Amino acid sequence: MKAMRTPLRTVRGLGSAHEGTSHFWITRISGVALVPLSLFAIGLVFSLLGKDHAAALAALGRPVVAIPLILFVIIGVEHMRLGIQESIADYIHGELLKVAVLMLNTAFCLLVGAAGVFSLLIIAFGA
Amino acid sequence: MSQPTATRARPVSPHLTIYRWRPTMAMSIAHRITGIALYFGMLLVAAWLVAAASGPVWFDNANWLAGSWFGILVLIGFTWALFHHLFGGIRHYIWDTGVGMGKETSTLLAWLTLAASLLCTAVTWAVYFIWF
Repeated sequence: MKAMRTPLRTVRGLGSAHEGTSHFWITRISGVALVPLSLFAIGLVFSLLGKDHAAALAALGRPVVAIPLILFVIIGVEHMRLGIQESIADYIHGELLKVAVLMLNTAFCLLVGAAGVFSLLIIAFGA
Repeated sequence: MSQPTATRARPVSPHLTIYRWRPTMAMSIAHRITGIALYFGMLLVAAWLVAAASGPVWFDNANWLAGSWFGILVLIGFTWALFHHLFGGIRHYIWDTGVGMGKETSTLLAWLTLAASLLCTAVTWAVYFIWF
């Protein structure tokens, strides 16, 4: 009975990238999460401007600050990765260059995310 | 020999340069540009956190840079980019429900996005300069 299926059946809902609307959807969901998280991050940075190192560590190490900030970094870099991936697909047409820049995009987001989360953990655990 | 690829530039569909500027178009472009700016802004956030985790000397240097006139300028731009992208995102969420697509409403939403981002940036920095 497999032969009765048209190619449309296998592609329906997935599109040319074979992942359906998940790119669109994750961008939207992460964006919703980033509304409160980024407002929190702005407030925190402003409250720490001009403070000395000890005061900053004391603030950043508290769970009520560290947890939303870690979420801000993780969800932020994923939102960034998806958004820039879309821009790359729009503007870079050469296949080889496009793949290379897409890899750079992922590497950049992973690096920024790892740096942010690891630093927050170091601060929180008092190393 | 047949040549499968085009040997001269073929006409392409009209792009940005041909259209009269509209608020919706400008805010759409601004949404993407602010998104790209925030992409690199997040690198600054991560660098600031790394500096905080690396000790007082690194942190004081980072704070000195952030507090310099250039640093403040970058931070004001960063704040505006974040607010603009945030309100632009909310505009997209409104559209996602299927409303606000009409000519007048979408133009109004475009202006509101700009006004809200400028207002929030101004208020944020006014608070900073007055209280800190």
